[in-house]
Amino acid sequence: MVSDSDTGAAGRSQGEPAQLSAIELNVNDQVRRLEVDPRTSLLDALREHLRLSGTKKGCDHGQCGACTVLINGRRVNSCLALAVMHEDDEIVTIEGLGVPDGLHPMQRAFVERDGFQCGYCTPGQICSAVGMLTEVEAGWPSHATADVASPRIALTDEEIRERMSGNICRCAAYPNIVAAIRGIAEGGPQ
Amino acid sequence: MRSFTYERATDAQAAVAAVSRAGAKFISGGTNLLDLMKLDIEKPSHLVDISRLPLRDIEELPDGGLRIGAQAANSDVAADARVRTRYPVLSEALVAGASGQLRNKASTGGNLLQRTRCPYFYDTAAGCNKRDPGSGCSATGGFNRIHAVLGASDSCIATHPSDMAVAMTVLEAEIELLGADGSVRRVGIADFYRLPGDTPHIETVLRPGEMITSVLLPAPPTGRQIYRKVRDRASYEFALVSVAAVVSTDQGAVSEARVAFGGVAHKPWRSIEAETALTGRPATMATYRAAAEAAMRDAVGQGHNDFKIELAKRTLCRTLAHAAQAS
Repeated sequence: MVSDSDTGAAGRSQGEPAQLSAIELNVNDQVRRLEVDPRTSLLDALREHLRLSGTKKGCDHGQCGACTVLINGRRVNSCLALAVMHEDDEIVTIEGLGVPDGLHPMQRAFVERDGFQCGYCTPGQICSAVGMLTEVEAGWPSHATADVASPRIALTDEEIRERMSGNICRCAAYPNIVAAIRGIAEGGPQ
Repeated sequence: MRSFTYERATDAQAAVAAVSRAGAKFISGGTNLLDLMKLDIEKPSHLVDISRLPLRDIEELPDGGLRIGAQAANSDVAADARVRTRYPVLSEALVAGASGQLRNKASTGGNLLQRTRCPYFYDTAAGCNKRDPGSGCSATGGFNRIHAVLGASDSCIATHPSDMAVAMTVLEAEIELLGADGSVRRVGIADFYRLPGDTPHIETVLRPGEMITSVLLPAPPTGRQIYRKVRDRASYEFALVSVAAVVSTDQGAVSEARVAFGGVAHKPWRSIEAETALTGRPATMATYRAAAEAAMRDAVGQGHNDFKIELAKRTLCRTLAHAAQAS
């Protein structure tokens, strides 16, 4: 158990004094105890309270995908999640996927395929890509799927682009992002 | 964001009891509500978290239909094998909406209750009768390219952004509601949403404290189901116009048709006029065009969005041609 009494300053810009809630979050296989204002987004809890700054804040409105994390294995925008609503969930951030000398295959693929330029969107892209491949494995259809009733998905580039449309790359590294994901999907460089 | 207190509801009855206090709101996926709270547009003082209620299942009904729990995620509904095979229009509509991340978080009930909105609703410096009743409508006479062409009023020309609800409209879904007093009632989706009139801030017939518990789909209609969405970007964008259609043909004639539009009105827009113009007529482009004219007979453009009227007609024709070909 790691304790964190830092209450941070996030989200306390208006009005009344904050009523803090003591919560426990399971992040990257560690139970972390923290006190948060109920307004605190999961994104701010990760970055400002738990000092896990790998998850990035872009638009803070669910439009850019930079804040994507995995909750119970599913990709979500952590900016549109309240920390207090995610006790009892398993949260995985980019720090939980891999470390510099033990990269996750998707991280290595992004490096090898040069799937970024400035890198700001990259943690979100990688968490999203990992979640996305789980969805494909489960046979989930997408808007690019010709027949939604078909149980098998052929992961074409068009499918990858459609499924990753919730992650914006301002540097437009898209061709290499698609190549990195395709490489992993095809069982490529692990 | 303004301060609020938070509680996690333990069961459905406790949830409706908890939301009865002044300023309280339900929260589920939060993808629309939290966005609006950050912008000081929604201002709840208390949040009742209903996301953990046991309302996530999708179950068979004895009449051949499906009951979709209100807390089922959009992605789970879209991926459900029964939905994909028996209600493909719903699966197609769901995957045409939002992003993978948002669909994982957004609930079925929350999708239905996302705010009907426009950029001026988001702009707290602009007049908006929906956000601030009586403050005027900045969209009328403003930049109104994405706004309504049907059923709008002097007070509001915003459109309902849900794709899912358009598909549920042609599927004639019913919405089951639990009241604060424990009563249960069902409302057909055609009667669930309101046109703006002079009270655009009231978007549904939900009574104070009522909670959506499930959506009931009747047994699948006969015929080919199709959802077609036209938008400015290829993905992750609201519809300029969308069409959900169910079409049966028999010996070259349309035997049965259901049509609803998205992106054109304050609510999903079922077009009985189009359906009447199709039924019993030859399955030809001339019939589809006549149906499209009938559907848009009362359409009124606001200037920038005039193109939507013709776009809606053409989108309907293409969708019908595609559906009839495959049915």
